Amino acid sequence: MTHESIVIKKLTKSYGGHPVFDGFSAEIPLNGVTVLRGASGAGKTTLFRLLLGLERPDGGEILGMQGKKPAVVFQEDRLLPWATALDNVSLVSNSARAGAALSRLGLSESLLQQPKELSGGMKRRVAIARALAYGGDLLFLDEPFTGLDEENKRIAARALLDEGVPILVITHDDAETELFGKFKEIVIGESGTMPAG
Amino acid sequence: MPSKRSWLKKALIALIYLAVWEAASLLVGKELLLPSPFSTVSRLIVLLTQAESWITAGLTLLRIMSGYVLGVLTGVLFAILTARSRFAEELLSPLRSVVKATPVTSFILLALLWLASGLVPLFISFLMVLPIVWANTAEAILQTDRRLIEMGRMFGLSKWQIVRKIYIPSVLPQFLAACTTSLGFAWKSGVAAEIIALPKRSIGYRLYESKLRIETVDLFAWTLLVIALSMLLEWLLVRALRRIRRDA
Repeated sequence: MTHESIVIKKLTKSYGGHPVFDGFSAEIPLNGVTVLRGASGAGKTTLFRLLLGLERPDGGEILGMQGKKPAVVFQEDRLLPWATALDNVSLVSNSARAGAALSRLGLSESLLQQPKELSGGMKRRVAIARALAYGGDLLFLDEPFTGLDEENKRIAARALLDEGVPILVITHDDAETELFGKFKEIVIGESGTMPAG
Repeated sequence: MPSKRSWLKKALIALIYLAVWEAASLLVGKELLLPSPFSTVSRLIVLLTQAESWITAGLTLLRIMSGYVLGVLTGVLFAILTARSRFAEELLSPLRSVVKATPVTSFILLALLWLASGLVPLFISFLMVLPIVWANTAEAILQTDRRLIEMGRMFGLSKWQIVRKIYIPSVLPQFLAACTTSLGFAWKSGVAAEIIALPKRSIGYRLYESKLRIETVDLFAWTLLVIALSMLLEWLLVRALRRIRRDA
């Protein structure tokens, strides 16, 4: 069965007795950009992890993710500290694609630098380049533009949109959501029970 | 590459130690108790001209290094097992504690009952290396950043790729440090085991023989050879490990 959207049905998840989601339902279309919004601690990253299968829900179900190949920009850069920028991206792709993705994000001069030699914004761009080079059929982005200046945010957003695959993005910054142009919004309420948008 | 200045500094330090040794020897005034550096080095040179000495040192090296390599390999295997399985950790950790706590001489004496004298130094160096490599490697495996492993899985890396690209580079520094530290222990305890087990054609046997015949100059010369070999081995190992680290 194929899905044109990811369907979240009556999702429940709690940590140490504290419910993060208690019967949360939502539908994420598998086209265009969907922005996941909510107050800090509302469960945006938890939902992200549940969708990616990195955590199991306590109850409910998530449909439409089976067989998908998501490319992820995690909340943290998650770069191999001992590897160069090029090796970090080549880890998930071939060198040609990796080099192209890094160049697209303005890092052609830094291919052979290790994370410790890169600024916070440059490391973030390497993490984005890794997701671009992977060639996934979905892009999952958790606060992708942290540490980037306005120019690089625009370049990165353009590169991500040019992939032409559905994008699910977590961001708390209204200005950043505008970079994606047209988007659908899903808002998670304080208790994680209030889908909107 | 060390500068000329740093070599000069090292030579000066060596000279200071030699001067202290020479002064102490002159003060004692009996070669039987404390031979001078000159007589020790002269004796060592004589020993090095004899083929038998090379065979003796070679066999000692072979015994100890066999135990060392075996200890490193088993240490890595046990580290993987105990880091991966809680049951394996609970099953094997008492063994590690016993090996760490038991005096090396107790093991030597026990090994003498169980093994041929030539195998005792091998077994003892193995036992010295095992817990050090095991504990450090297991700890390094457990400390590998879970978020990187999760990233690898998310991007479709196979188990083998995760081992090769994430676990090995992450574990390598601590593993290599354990290899260097344990080499000294293996060497010292291996020679001690030879002194007690007395396998023919061993440095330990020659040390024991020198002591028995009160040939103090020989005792010093063989000890000097033990120290020189230990330093050479450590130097070679550090160079080899640096290369491994660079290539990893």
